[in-house]
Amino acid sequence: MITALLLLVLFGLPVLFSNFWVQVCTLVAVYSIVALGLNLLMGRVGLVSLGQIAVLALAAWVGARLLFATGLPFPVVLIMTGLVTMVLGTIIGLPALRLSGLYLALVTLMLAGAITVVLASTDFPNGGEGFLGHQEGGTGATAGSGQAEPIRRPAIAETPDGYFRYTVIATALMFLLVLAHIRGKPGRAWAAIHQSEPAALAAGVNVTLYKLWAFALAAFITGVAGGLLGGAVGVLFNFQFPTEESIVLLAVVLMGGIYSLWGAIIAGAFMQLLPELLNDWGVAADLLTILFGVGILQVLLTAPAGLVDQVPRDMGRLGRLIWRLAGRAFKRPADTARSP
Amino acid sequence: MIEVENLEVRFGGVTPIDDMTTTFPGGTCGLIGPNGAGKTTFFNVLSGFVKPVAGSVRCNGDDLLKMADFRRARWGLRRTFQTEQAIEELSVYNNVAMVHEHSGLSRASREEDVLGAIKFVGLGMDPGTKVGTLGARDRRLIEVARAVVGKPRLLLLDEPAAGLPEEETEHLAGVIKRIPEQIGGLVILVDHDMSLVSACCEVTAVLDFGKLIASGPTAEVLRDENVIRAYLGTEEKL
Repeated sequence: MITALLLLVLFGLPVLFSNFWVQVCTLVAVYSIVALGLNLLMGRVGLVSLGQIAVLALAAWVGARLLFATGLPFPVVLIMTGLVTMVLGTIIGLPALRLSGLYLALVTLMLAGAITVVLASTDFPNGGEGFLGHQEGGTGATAGSGQAEPIRRPAIAETPDGYFRYTVIATALMFLLVLAHIRGKPGRAWAAIHQSEPAALAAGVNVTLYKLWAFALAAFITGVAGGLLGGAVGVLFNFQFPTEESIVLLAVVLMGGIYSLWGAIIAGAFMQLLPELLNDWGVAADLLTILFGVGILQVLLTAPAGLVDQVPRDMGRLGRLIWRLAGRAFKRPADTARSP
Repeated sequence: MIEVENLEVRFGGVTPIDDMTTTFPGGTCGLIGPNGAGKTTFFNVLSGFVKPVAGSVRCNGDDLLKMADFRRARWGLRRTFQTEQAIEELSVYNNVAMVHEHSGLSRASREEDVLGAIKFVGLGMDPGTKVGTLGARDRRLIEVARAVVGKPRLLLLDEPAAGLPEEETEHLAGVIKRIPEQIGGLVILVDHDMSLVSACCEVTAVLDFGKLIASGPTAEVLRDENVIRAYLGTEEKL
């Protein structure tokens, strides 16, 4: 089933939709990796981080710098970006060893703010000289002098369709990586920590190690997402990563559902697809803040496991209700008796 | 065998354990006392959650207090909690298996050990069942299975029967009685249910306001005047 879905996405979507929507779907894939990182931290370990978009910004910076500075193959750059981001993300995770809940959220939010400020003053690399790699009037939507190239894409995936497929496959690999962790020894340790730290310690779980491991894994996949993002948009601007975006990420991750990995894909779609759809329909995308507010209230009150749990359940109920009503209308008591 | 010497714990101005010296010889030993006597604090010292200001705890010659908290499971210490802590997200099998894999036991014997522990406590359901769907009795038994898997050297049971109806306490008592021969280690049982303690424990120690007020064969200890006074609050006779 999942394979069929993946094939449909890989080959169906690019045929059915224009380049613009394929580009939007590429971003959905990228942001669902970022959402997966927060989904892992919150849903599996119980750590609330409000700094994930800042981690993504760092990753995009590292990825762009590597892509301009080296001629390394794209997948190698992605993995290197992931590893560098993993180190940075683990450092950001250090407060988590002492703090939890609201305080951890606050500290990660402050760190995210600090990273946003630093990035705003140094700007993204666009093929210029030196460590910062930025040159004025280089790449840009306005294409000043046009000296610098946009961030390169892999040779096998230069076109929007090709890069979309490339991104979806990379995203699927990240989901598999996380799934392998959850199904294995770390996943069981995280479940124990999530339930109760003293009980986890009593069961022999090195709580410090596994908390940092979760932060490291979330940062690694966010790092890969950052590398992919550079290739997707071609030009990076610091205003793509405002601090408050991390709060929106938290909202969509909660709405999608934190106990299922599928929730992360819904979160990615909410974050990237929904605003574009609203624009397309002529509704101001600012309305989303209100919609997300209402949505999160709805989810927290009626379906703590998120839409990924609620929608199939309620659709099933609706289906049974219709079946029952239809059965009654056509006087088939056998069906009425069978349905619960 | 556990030797506790001059153990003292202080929380600010409170002294939940005050100069405790005792020995738990082997088999199943009881530890009783009124609420707030320091029983759970004693367990927390053994688990490493609370650092004592003085004293030592030696188990079979090893200094328990020198070990990092999460390493004590690897050494062979297990415990259950007053409020059961079976992991809801995991299956029954994985609940027990995760203790096995994190206490450094051999992977080769994992499946056999885990299924053995589940059978030992008398859980009949499919080991793949998620714990979140189970009731209080089953969760308690899963905690006991988590505690006995892989034959630990020292097992701490903190009010395992709390909140269970009588007939389920009986089943639990049967399981607890069989633990020493199953694991070959020492069990310390804390409970307020005196019939459970007398049924399971040969020797019992009594704490009151952090002080050890009696220890010895269970039947004698339960008749001890100091113990009765501590529990019932009898007027001072002397």
